[in-house]
Amino acid sequence: MSAADTSGAERGVAEALPNSLRAGPDPRGRFGIFGGRFVAETLMPLVLELDAAYAAAKADPAFRTELDYYLKDYVGRPSPLWFARRLTEELGGARIYMKREELNHTGSHKLNNVMGQILLARRMGRSRIVAETGAGQHGVATATVCALFGLKCTIYMGATDVERQKPNVFRMRLLGAEIVPVTSGAGTLKDAMNEAMRDWVTNVRDTYFLVGTVAGPHPYPQMVRDFQSVIGEETRVQMQEAEGRLPDVIVAAIGGGSNAMGIFHPFLDDPSVRLIGVEAAGRGLDSGETAASILRGRPGVLHGNRTYLLQNEDGQIDEAHSISAGLDYPGIGPEHSWLADIGRVEYVGATDDQALDAFQLCTRTEGIIPALESAHALAHAAVIAPTLSPETLLVVNISGRGDKDIFTVAAHLGVTL
Amino acid sequence: MSRIARRFAALKEQGRGALIPYLQACDPDYDTSLALLRAMPGAGADLIEIGVPFSDPSADGPTIQLAARRGLKAGSSMVRVLEMVARFREDDADTPIILMGYLNPIEAYGHARFCADAARAGVDGLIVVDMPPEEADLLDGPAVEAGLDIIRLVAPTTDDVRLPVVCGHASGFIYYVSITGVTGTRTASSDELAAALPRLRAATDLPVAIGFGIRSPEQAAAAVRAADAAVVASALIATLEDSLDEQGRATPDTLPRVLAQLSALAEAVRSARKA
Repeated sequence: MSAADTSGAERGVAEALPNSLRAGPDPRGRFGIFGGRFVAETLMPLVLELDAAYAAAKADPAFRTELDYYLKDYVGRPSPLWFARRLTEELGGARIYMKREELNHTGSHKLNNVMGQILLARRMGRSRIVAETGAGQHGVATATVCALFGLKCTIYMGATDVERQKPNVFRMRLLGAEIVPVTSGAGTLKDAMNEAMRDWVTNVRDTYFLVGTVAGPHPYPQMVRDFQSVIGEETRVQMQEAEGRLPDVIVAAIGGGSNAMGIFHPFLDDPSVRLIGVEAAGRGLDSGETAASILRGRPGVLHGNRTYLLQNEDGQIDEAHSISAGLDYPGIGPEHSWLADIGRVEYVGATDDQALDAFQLCTRTEGIIPALESAHALAHAAVIAPTLSPETLLVVNISGRGDKDIFTVAAHLGVTL
Repeated sequence: MSRIARRFAALKEQGRGALIPYLQACDPDYDTSLALLRAMPGAGADLIEIGVPFSDPSADGPTIQLAARRGLKAGSSMVRVLEMVARFREDDADTPIILMGYLNPIEAYGHARFCADAARAGVDGLIVVDMPPEEADLLDGPAVEAGLDIIRLVAPTTDDVRLPVVCGHASGFIYYVSITGVTGTRTASSDELAAALPRLRAATDLPVAIGFGIRSPEQAAAAVRAADAAVVASALIATLEDSLDEQGRATPDTLPRVLAQLSALAEAVRSARKA
């Protein structure tokens, strides 16, 4: 039985349980007070159409079969669950496993979601894809599937991010995508999201908006979570095979929160599994230069959903800061906001400097260069692992590979490439 | 009868459509913006929309994005916007004022407190771009209680199943977004408008205003021939922007130029149905 089969059966059970934490969102797209569909009227009919199309696809076994085929033979799933022996020895404490999402085609977890959505866009007869990207990982994944299926692709990327993620910009152009640098605001992910929404509202008839994280108007948070849940479903099976039981702690980095939601969601109803989301604290949680939306934000409405946002007292959205372009966003997926409020998931911060240290630690001990995003998860794992017993099974989600970040890291280490 | 209903009823009696100009609060500064607001009725504004600056105006085109940024830079906040409306009301008790913007600044202020304070300041209606009827529950109650109209947007994508739902939640008037797109870009053709209006008339008895993409007096005249009101926003803001100095400050030209454009639009709207 494959990982997907097991989880499918489990999900069926979970949805039947009235007290399951995995049953959300409600029909309005709400997780508690969070989520919803806060979009302009022009987009509302499209969002409703998408909701219906996704529900139909989800109920169609042929869609699942097609997605599984591409996940296996194109994305390269399942990704390994790697026992990090040297890192475990170095830190002394919990047994550290790494979920190797960086080994997916295009080098991150992003392709899991993109593959699902592109198949849906094809079912809906859309010929043009727009997407926003921060670090460029989602943009590269989107440009990749557009090349694979011969679809027109436009990627909005903040001008600041275009500058600090040059390799990914070049990759997307090679893949045939049009890259539009966005200069409004600070030129980061938030601004790219605004511009992608403006494109979508202008080109409603032929365009599919391929959202890269578990945020945006319903059904995006749910749909992206479902497509990313393959990470946690595999982890469940693989840990069972490796250790004969469930993991004790799972740590994942959070920007919008898709890799974290993907690995957390299949474990939400297992109270023994401690789930920890690591936000980018930037230069420090109280430095005013942070991306920690849950730890330093308040609930509000942006980009189609109600969620924790970094904002001032007048409701103007603050600029986020993180060394990692992929975490540099003032909001977070609404399901995370709900999981934070009910206390099921712990949310903590890791600073730019901690992430840089963890980036080097992982590279040196495991021969794995993690994305700076993933390095935030590693940074927190490095903090807690020594405090945990050697029997504790700790999984870190390595959501992406760090080749794209070597220029940023080199600059911070004072090395000129 | 609300100020908005009274104004539309009076215009109907006169047999003409309404001109609804738009300005962004505190663009380029509080005093200029207030002076412009006060002068607008004299230049032919029948109702006025005040844009509430927001950091992330994702349904607006470049012109209003820049205006919002200027407004925020000049210290706009919801408190300042309401203060501006209250100042306007000191010597104008009749011209309806509609606040247009995004939901988050209202959430930050608090839904009930905002509605009460807005009504007290003299606001008549609200257009909340990113709040479709499905998400209006938190604001609808307080708005009704405070006597504020919630003006609903209808778009070309709003289908026949959905149209009654949207109109059912509306009061004041219906704002027809005449194109699919952001503000200040494409203009709908007369044919497109002629095709859209019967569908709207069948769904609502409320007055219908047409907005998005109306720039010239001719387009404004065409809009009030098809519907009850024309909203002009980006074209006026572009004129204001063009009148600013290199540091983005108002000049002696700013008010006269915007008001001259507004007068020309008003003249076209007033004579539209006479031809």
